[in-house]
Amino acid sequence: MRKVLAHQLVWPTTALAVLLLVNVIATPTFFDIRMQDGHLYGSLIDILRNGAPVLLVALGMTLVIATRGIDLSVGAVAAISGAVACVYIAGSPEQGAASTAIVACSIALAVCVGLGLWNGFLVSVLGIQPIIATLVLMTAGRGLAMLVTDGQITTVNNDAFKRIGAGFVLTVPLSIVIALGVFCLAALVTRRTALGMLIESVGINPEASRLAGVRSRTIIWTVYVFGAFCAGVAGLMIASNTSAADANSAGLWIELDAILAVVIGGTSLAGGRFSLSGMLVGALFITTLATTIPTIGIPAETNYLFKAVVVIVVCLIQSPKARAALWVRRTAPLAGRATA
Amino acid sequence: MLKKTLIAVSAIPLTTLALTSCGSDSAAGGTDDDGTITMGFAQVGAESGWRTANTKSIQETAEAEGIDLKFSDAQQKQENQIKAIRSYIQQKVDIIAFSPVVETGWDTVLLEAKRAGIPVILTDRAVDSEDTSLYETFLGSDFVLEGEKAGEWLVENAAEADVDGDGDVNVVELQGTTGAAPAIDRKTGFESAIAADDSISIGASQTGDFTRDGGKKVMEAFLKSEDGIDVVFAHNDDMGLGAIEAIEAAGLTPGKDVKIITIDAVKDGMAALAEGKISFIVECNPLLGPQLMDLAKKVLAGEEVPERVVTEETTFTQEQAKEVLPERQY
Repeated sequence: MRKVLAHQLVWPTTALAVLLLVNVIATPTFFDIRMQDGHLYGSLIDILRNGAPVLLVALGMTLVIATRGIDLSVGAVAAISGAVACVYIAGSPEQGAASTAIVACSIALAVCVGLGLWNGFLVSVLGIQPIIATLVLMTAGRGLAMLVTDGQITTVNNDAFKRIGAGFVLTVPLSIVIALGVFCLAALVTRRTALGMLIESVGINPEASRLAGVRSRTIIWTVYVFGAFCAGVAGLMIASNTSAADANSAGLWIELDAILAVVIGGTSLAGGRFSLSGMLVGALFITTLATTIPTIGIPAETNYLFKAVVVIVVCLIQSPKARAALWVRRTAPLAGRATA
Repeated sequence: MLKKTLIAVSAIPLTTLALTSCGSDSAAGGTDDDGTITMGFAQVGAESGWRTANTKSIQETAEAEGIDLKFSDAQQKQENQIKAIRSYIQQKVDIIAFSPVVETGWDTVLLEAKRAGIPVILTDRAVDSEDTSLYETFLGSDFVLEGEKAGEWLVENAAEADVDGDGDVNVVELQGTTGAAPAIDRKTGFESAIAADDSISIGASQTGDFTRDGGKKVMEAFLKSEDGIDVVFAHNDDMGLGAIEAIEAAGLTPGKDVKIITIDAVKDGMAALAEGKISFIVECNPLLGPQLMDLAKKVLAGEEVPERVVTEETTFTQEQAKEVLPERQY
């Protein structure tokens, strides 16, 4: 029992389960899933579909945080990605063609990789603190996205592009298939090869790792590029979901949701260790929380408060110290009896 | 350094004096030496097509009238807007105009502008302040009236809007940004208008932050948690457009299975209205540029301006939308 309770996944999973339970109590049909126009339809499907961008961004963030870094620019990168893709499609002579969508997405992702290289350069080569280095792109990036869209909401009409965020493959939302695909690939590469351990060693001590023969600089650079790539894919999903690039609000605060997902999942912001499965639960938790608010009818005026309270509670039960304080008080008489 | 600050500080009351004492011949005091008017405009952001049209109208009119426009985008955040206004005060612009992101919390910065002798015009959104001397005039739509118009249409068409025929019209509301004047006022106006008919009730209400993405996500949740939704009332077109996508994904036909009422009448919204997906739109005219520049000139010339200037607005049904859509500018 103690072993189970000590596992890092227990508390986030419990929190997620409790949240789902609250939804079922408020809306008994919450778990209902039916077929609609040839695809699955239901609240849980919405959570998976809307959770895909957060999951992707959090995936990149997990690896960045594991190297003792942080990437605040992911929301802006997501906005740029959506903006570049939509502006390309809108300006193309064959707006509806699938090939247009493919070229648009490729250009957008290439731009994002470029932005990731920039972040990685600032952090690994120039040695600027990650929070400052990525803050540059966080603030400037949204302006860049607005420059691309000319400050307009660019609406596009392209079925292939629409499928990324709002489409389905074999009755399952395509977005979550993409997100889980990237997730599995990342898990495989980091956990089945030495890369995960190398990332962790860089997070613990970059200089010592370098002296031990680990190419710290390359590894740090790589995680920022990967983070920006993930954010770019997330940005395509967000834009595709409404078939429009909204430079101002696309991916707004997604970096904070992602950091929260990483932290809830048990990855330490101090770097040196990471949990991808924990992050997965954390990302689902954040999305479920967003769905819970309109489902159980929290008034608009208090929804931020509700969110804050839930997050604080989850963080508290995650903390061994806070838990110990609660635990000791509650179980003290029981423990006394056992020893007697 | 100290000397410079002292000079700067002492300069402020001087300019104030110059402005207040000028009266009729304030063309010299209210403008720069070269005679052009400098206006600092702090925009909310570019959160919707409406806002973009508003921005364009202001920028184009300023250029046409030879007014030097300093423009800033606050990305929906009050602190950014306050920063922008403070920088305009430091740059000693002739006049400041802005659309407040939220209603409260403006007294301090507006007082700073007043002390610096820079007149302020509010556009599009009002502020909630006891002291009306902090600004010259408020140019914009009457959001309460817009909400009322939407509600009145629903009351008149209640029988038709009751799509499931159970005798009750169940409305879900997609609110704008929490705390923003249009969200508060449109809600108030709509509620007061539908009070005339007992069969109409609001079943659920949540903020969609005036964005398509927000409208879509909230509507997705409403479709599962609320039974028998007849009508969606969205505080702007974009949230309504997001709701259309959510309704279509649920296998329902917007305009037939669920009626949608929105406010704004931007081009994408009007197109959806003409297609029959939206049932009714109350216009909120974004082309404030000409009226704003006109008011700015009057204020700087020392002329009396009314405390409240309402923009001219109408409403659109599906048939009217088909007629005006081809020549819709925004």
